[in-house]
Amino acid sequence: MSPTNRTVVVTGIGATTPLGGDAASTWEGLVAGRSGVGPLEQEWAAEQAVRIAAQAAVEPGEVIPRPQARRLDRSAQFALIAAKEAWADAGFTGPAGEDGNVEPERLGAVIASGIGGVTTLLDQYDVLKEKGVRRVSPHTVPMLMPNGPAANVGLAVGARAGVHTPVSACASGAEAIGYAIEMIRTGRADVVVAGGTEAAVHPLPIAAFGNMMAMSKNNDDPQGASRPYDTARDGFVLGEGAGVLVLESAEHAAQRGARVYAEAVGQGISADGHDIVQPEPEGRGISQALRHLLDNTDLDPAEIVHVNAHATSTPAGDIAELKALRSVFGDDTDHIAVSATKSMTGHLLGGAGGVESVATVLALYHRIAPPTINVENLDPEAEANADVVRDEARKLPVEGRIAALNDSFGFGGHNVVLAFRTV
Amino acid sequence: MAATQEEIVAGLAEIVNEIAGIPVEDVQLDKSFTDDLDVDSLSMVEVVVAAEERFDVKIPDDDVKNLKTVGDATEYILKHQG
Repeated sequence: MSPTNRTVVVTGIGATTPLGGDAASTWEGLVAGRSGVGPLEQEWAAEQAVRIAAQAAVEPGEVIPRPQARRLDRSAQFALIAAKEAWADAGFTGPAGEDGNVEPERLGAVIASGIGGVTTLLDQYDVLKEKGVRRVSPHTVPMLMPNGPAANVGLAVGARAGVHTPVSACASGAEAIGYAIEMIRTGRADVVVAGGTEAAVHPLPIAAFGNMMAMSKNNDDPQGASRPYDTARDGFVLGEGAGVLVLESAEHAAQRGARVYAEAVGQGISADGHDIVQPEPEGRGISQALRHLLDNTDLDPAEIVHVNAHATSTPAGDIAELKALRSVFGDDTDHIAVSATKSMTGHLLGGAGGVESVATVLALYHRIAPPTINVENLDPEAEANADVVRDEARKLPVEGRIAALNDSFGFGGHNVVLAFRTV
Repeated sequence: MAATQEEIVAGLAEIVNEIAGIPVEDVQLDKSFTDDLDVDSLSMVEVVVAAEERFDVKIPDDDVKNLKTVGDATEYILKHQG
């Protein structure tokens, strides 16, 4: 295979999410159909219209030593935890160079976030106002910069081939993984640690998303609030955490005898060119991304058996995505089990593409599609366009090569579709 | 009432423990902040600000670079505390 079109595989996974502090417990929660949403019990939540969120199951401060944690934004803490898990899961025993299996110059890190260190920025502004200039933390800038999580992960694993942070709102995590696939495919790196992280459970983002009418205000039933495809869906529930993959050239993985979870086939990308926040109602931009995926990879729609949908539980967005799948895949849509895992994890914004890529890879590896919970009355438009996995996890075909997609779309009209396939 | 040398070292030890996670008993007069105590340049600013508050002393940025060891900082604070 030419050095500019190399096969890329997934050799490590890591996550810390509202369902669990690692990938295994997250996956277990997803398959069991468990909700990670709960009431916000912080004092500031009382005056908010939205008083629910999917907060991390394990506080990052319980995992990262305090001297290190106090100089990392919460989003970087999540990223570091997930990245270290993925790195060890891929079989690396130390940073590049020390480990011996990969040279620093051949290792990259691409970690995205939608908002960056927003809690650091706002907390330090409070310090400035309340205690004065001298008390503002000297760590503020490296903590709030959106590339902070990528930089910290890059330092932890010893990455020198390039450290990057694509920013495209809720498509950021997926765009990071797509960028990483390209780094390997085109020969710039052999191994890339890639994913997304977000930590935005803070009164300002919640007030702002709430005032956009984008979030569910179903405060009386937190676990039932995120309900993609249900007729009573009224917006997303904010989640936090991170999901990270170790991507590697197939050749490099084979040379070191690494376990391969799946092939990372490639990506499809487009922009809606429609509105700064509203999705294009017919899903034309999403269709274009799906066609881009088919045009640029050897993916056969007949292989696709599962889609981890973007589906955030908003009235317009959920349906536009399903229309796009139907318009591009036609009758092949009938054998695609569509799962909206945000019904359980909430919406991790820039972390979503990372966590949902972990879920998509594990769905292929275990050949099981997690459920979409809280669908009491399936929206007729969803039913007409797709086969939604409801209530319980569903087995995927036990034999043969199968493929799955992870869709991620962001404010600004960014559409990213990632494709994975069994090996 | 002004702090004694012993009180200043104990206070600095608590501050360094909080910021860099170094055990308080390791913070001794001859220890270098950067070489021995894991206090890098940004964290040194935190140490200085915390020390200013605790010992009612002003440590201008230009003087911070001269505070290489715990002993340097203790001496500075002894001389300048309010």
